[in-house]
Amino acid sequence: MNRVLMQGDEACAEGAIAAGCNFFAGYPITPATEIAEVMAHRLPQQDGVFIQMEDEIASMAAVIGAAVGGARAMTATSGPGFSLMQENIGYAAMAEIPCVIANVQRLGPSTGRPTSPAQGDVMQARWGTHGDHPIIVLCPSSVRESFDLTVKAFEFSERYRTPVILLLDEIIGHMREGVELPADKTTLNVKREQTLVPPEWYKPFENLATDVPPLIPFGEGYRYHITGLHHDERGYPTDKVDEVEAWTARVYSKIKQALSEVLLYEENGIKQADTLVVAYGISARSARHAVEMARNRGRRVGFLKLQTLWPFPEEVIEQAAERIHRIIVPEMNLGQLALEVERVAGRRKVRRVNRADGEVIKPEQILSAIEGMR
Amino acid sequence: MKTQPESKVHERYLRHSKKFPNVWCAGCGIGIVLGAIIRAIDSLSLDKNDVAMISGIGCTGRMPVYVDFNTMHTTHGRAIAFATGLKLARPTMKVIVVMGDGDALAIGGNHFIHAARRNIGLTAIVVNNLTYGMTGGQYSPTTPLGARASTAPYGHIEPSFRIAELAVTAGAPFVARSTVYHVAELQKYIAQAISTQGFSVVEATSYCHTTLGRINRWGRAPDMMRRLKENSVTVQQAEKMSEEEKKAKIIRGILSDRKDIPEYTELYREQIIRQAKGEKA
Repeated sequence: MNRVLMQGDEACAEGAIAAGCNFFAGYPITPATEIAEVMAHRLPQQDGVFIQMEDEIASMAAVIGAAVGGARAMTATSGPGFSLMQENIGYAAMAEIPCVIANVQRLGPSTGRPTSPAQGDVMQARWGTHGDHPIIVLCPSSVRESFDLTVKAFEFSERYRTPVILLLDEIIGHMREGVELPADKTTLNVKREQTLVPPEWYKPFENLATDVPPLIPFGEGYRYHITGLHHDERGYPTDKVDEVEAWTARVYSKIKQALSEVLLYEENGIKQADTLVVAYGISARSARHAVEMARNRGRRVGFLKLQTLWPFPEEVIEQAAERIHRIIVPEMNLGQLALEVERVAGRRKVRRVNRADGEVIKPEQILSAIEGMR
Repeated sequence: MKTQPESKVHERYLRHSKKFPNVWCAGCGIGIVLGAIIRAIDSLSLDKNDVAMISGIGCTGRMPVYVDFNTMHTTHGRAIAFATGLKLARPTMKVIVVMGDGDALAIGGNHFIHAARRNIGLTAIVVNNLTYGMTGGQYSPTTPLGARASTAPYGHIEPSFRIAELAVTAGAPFVARSTVYHVAELQKYIAQAISTQGFSVVEATSYCHTTLGRINRWGRAPDMMRRLKENSVTVQQAEKMSEEEKKAKIIRGILSDRKDIPEYTELYREQIIRQAKGEKA
């Protein structure tokens, strides 16, 4: 292990390379540009490809095209670019193309404040593209987690054939921290699933009850069709209700079956607590501090840091909150994930702590919410 | 050139697992372009595993599903951007992008010019039927000035793009134009385009008799086909014409055939990767 000083954006890029990422397409945007810059430098050193496309729509399209060609592919952007990518993220969800999209959140809406942090894209990451589809969204709260969760993002995207979104924010992306990265990164390398069947039997969208059909790259003798239209198991367009229904059921169930692997979180001091703070990303750092201050004042406060935001960890919240009377949800938006917490909170009181002005939530703000709740 | 009868050639390239008939109206030119592409590929003796056909949205967007290549039907206007990613991941693959005029030049215009500027090794085949056929005859970037369209009930007031000339200006090394009437010529240009290392463009001028043709009372499919024959001239013939005379004509032929521009994926490998690895070592 060697200790290095690096930015969250850099750690995201290094995590991607450790996971085997060999394709990056992107467009410059604050505060995500550093990811592209590191990739432009590092990818060609490992025979990978970096390309700066003409816009974010093209970037997302190129990522999908490269993934279909067998690459471990990603892009990185921020709010305005993330909005532009939505249609093609939906295509990746529909065609089940593995890919990773890092969104380093800045204050929105619109151009907003490009150099200020925010957590305003939580709902967009889930529902930004039209139509019902599953998605995985991961959210780091430190530089080291930017590395680790990027590796996880590639692992999940390939294993479950789905786009995975990383929600960083301006602070996590730009902040420098001392990190110890694993010396041996070979174990982190993500491989694409293979198939044992010959081309004539291969169904790229097969309705397997318990597994995900592997995506064989173009050019390897398995000639098939991919479309954003609803399609049958072979990938041909369909209008048949039973085939459309089977697709929807399968893509939802493949993620549901994987919840025990996909739901990442850290909990601390929940057993003795009557109050629970649920936080994620940059706000989790303030929340952690607030929890410690409250405990020093004799309060029984549990802490749950979510690293996976979507699929929403309902059961994790339900279990953690078993003996809890009050839940506090600090986030740098006007209450997005709190909506989900409220949905599963039952009769427990939920207090939102919000800020959407480009400034970080202070620990004192969360502390006063803890103390003010009866 | 192969001597097999045409129907046999098509049989080896059409997907038997895909249910026919196709989505196109009787008399449509898109099937003619598909036939020309298939025969062009056959004449080049390409391995089907090494061919990808990528499309966007619209009538032409439905083309790849019928053929036994690696095929992808993407989002509206973005086929070239998807194909760029695929080509970079698989540089040895022959990547053919099929688009309509709306797909390639309106919503996808940005990707079209940048692919030409970048000179990435894709073949773009644009079926120019002067309208949005699938949605019912709205005006496109190539709808003739003064024509009526379902969204131009009082006549179209916008000048149109000349697709092939635009591609030349944007830097594409191989650009040709033909029509769905001149099938043998079209096939020849497509084969030449696929053989080009860099970004190649073939504009296949067509028509839409069920939407724009009907709205403008331009007649049935055979009438519109006849117009392609009578209203087109070769590049050589056009050279002798005045600018005013040329305006009303479809100019057929090879508009650009340059060998002096390096192809992008090759350049990337030779310059970027080599340099990056040298720096690392």
